[in-house]
Amino acid sequence: MNEEYTISPLGDSALLIYFRNKIDDAINKKVLSIFNRLQKLSLPEITDLIPAYSSLAICYDVAALHQKNATAFDTMKNLLEPILEAADGQSLFTTRQMKIPVCYAKVYAPDLEALAFDKNLLAEEVIGLHLAITYRVYMIGFLPGFAYMGKVDNRIATVRKTAPVNVAAGSVGIAGEQTGIYPFASPGGWNIIGRTPIKLFDKQNKEPVLLQPGDEITFYSISEDEFENYQGGPS
Amino acid sequence: MSLKIIRAGLLDTIQDPGRYRHQHQGINPGGAMDCFSAALANALLGKELASPTIELHFPAAQVLFQQASIICLTGAYFTPMISDKEVPLHQPIIISNSTVLRFDKWGSGARCYLSILQNFTLDKWLNSYSTNLKGEAGGYKGRRLLKDDVLKFENAATLPITKDFETLPWQYRIEGTGSNEIEFIVGNEWSWLTTKSQAAFLNNEFSISPVSDRMGFRLIGEALEQGVNDSLVSSAVTFGTVQLLPNGQLIILMADHQTTGGYPRVAHITTTHLPKLAQMSTGDKVKFVMTDVYSAEKKLVAQQNYLRALQNTCNLKMQKRLNAN
Repeated sequence: MNEEYTISPLGDSALLIYFRNKIDDAINKKVLSIFNRLQKLSLPEITDLIPAYSSLAICYDVAALHQKNATAFDTMKNLLEPILEAADGQSLFTTRQMKIPVCYAKVYAPDLEALAFDKNLLAEEVIGLHLAITYRVYMIGFLPGFAYMGKVDNRIATVRKTAPVNVAAGSVGIAGEQTGIYPFASPGGWNIIGRTPIKLFDKQNKEPVLLQPGDEITFYSISEDEFENYQGGPS
Repeated sequence: MSLKIIRAGLLDTIQDPGRYRHQHQGINPGGAMDCFSAALANALLGKELASPTIELHFPAAQVLFQQASIICLTGAYFTPMISDKEVPLHQPIIISNSTVLRFDKWGSGARCYLSILQNFTLDKWLNSYSTNLKGEAGGYKGRRLLKDDVLKFENAATLPITKDFETLPWQYRIEGTGSNEIEFIVGNEWSWLTTKSQAAFLNNEFSISPVSDRMGFRLIGEALEQGVNDSLVSSAVTFGTVQLLPNGQLIILMADHQTTGGYPRVAHITTTHLPKLAQMSTGDKVKFVMTDVYSAEKKLVAQQNYLRALQNTCNLKMQKRLNAN
């Protein structure tokens, strides 16, 4: 029995490989290492893979795996064993690095001053701390293309709002130790400190979602003028 | 070769079984809420089970057929009418051109499926016809159907028909169980519930709140307690996942659910019981019944085999009928 993770049913058509209830780089790397391998294998029985901070869900075709004396769940679990053994936490792909422009001007940063006040910092210091770190995309969820990134500097880590408000597309926010970008206008509870002119979701693209789990992201600051005239993608 | 929406319904969208292999990008599968009824409508026409259908909510659209077709309606009963005569559910109907299909009065259920014999000329988005309202993609222009929308279909069937409509002589009979029992498998965080709350989950009824839509059904019942003082780090959820909200109430995630969530997953509704749930509306009461993975899988496989066999039989009947013309 493996002590690192458990495998349990996630309903009757999926299973969950579950490490620990924790945001941890090493665990997330293992999750993504399994995810990469399964993506590469592209088994026809697997209909979806959903990696998260410290878990990976595998959705499968029950009819293709169910046997008279064995559940599809057990068959899938057995199929996974050698793959899980081989996944050593190393990614099979080169880590993608991306620079994303963010305008931190007041007009795009409705929560910046309150956050700074709350943390006993100047708005410029909050921006500086947000810019200083290379973030890792742990997972995509919540909305198409919404990347959960971390970890932010402890000095600007802050709790989610108690009630969601309307957030504009491109808004860059902080919740707990995470930072993220809203691909769509949406109700949300993250503290918004800036906005990117980049499209994180474009249905016309073959890959409609810009960021993927495992990406390394740094932000750079642009002016209001640059924001309004910005064209193209990340660098 | 088309049909035209002459009056918009509340929420009518193109749906197939859903969009898969993109959940790691946060793109949810969507798809028909009642997958059984959607597949059944196709099966009765002898069509591919996964063909797109129109999912109708009440009040539903009025549809003008600008070309003759053969249609099949399944799922909710909204009193379907063609030329002032009521037409049956679960039975193929030849409808002549310049004829209007409308839905007069809500009777039962929440979602009605309309399949037509010919294929719609729509583009797939990420390998599915399902409408993704958030991404404004898939289905018909990525949105619900509105007045004056024209849905074209491929090759027209040659259907000599003198009346406005004619039913074909085969039908699916519903085994009408009025039971509100919904089967579930325990979730990863089932043990987070106190023993008392686990018992309440199993023994109480929960009613469907008005705050329910294609994303999820909120339930109203005795508040359940979390015995574990922990909060969940975001992790995958599925169609049918039952989450415990911080106020002790439950939500069942439906077809348009998010791909991940941060609330404890106390249970998962089994796939073959989701259609029954999808046809429930505000105020209906749900009684949860625990089952195991093996039984749930067995029912799922049996249902798929049944639908496939039905599709084959109906396809032969349909070919015979079309060739007779």
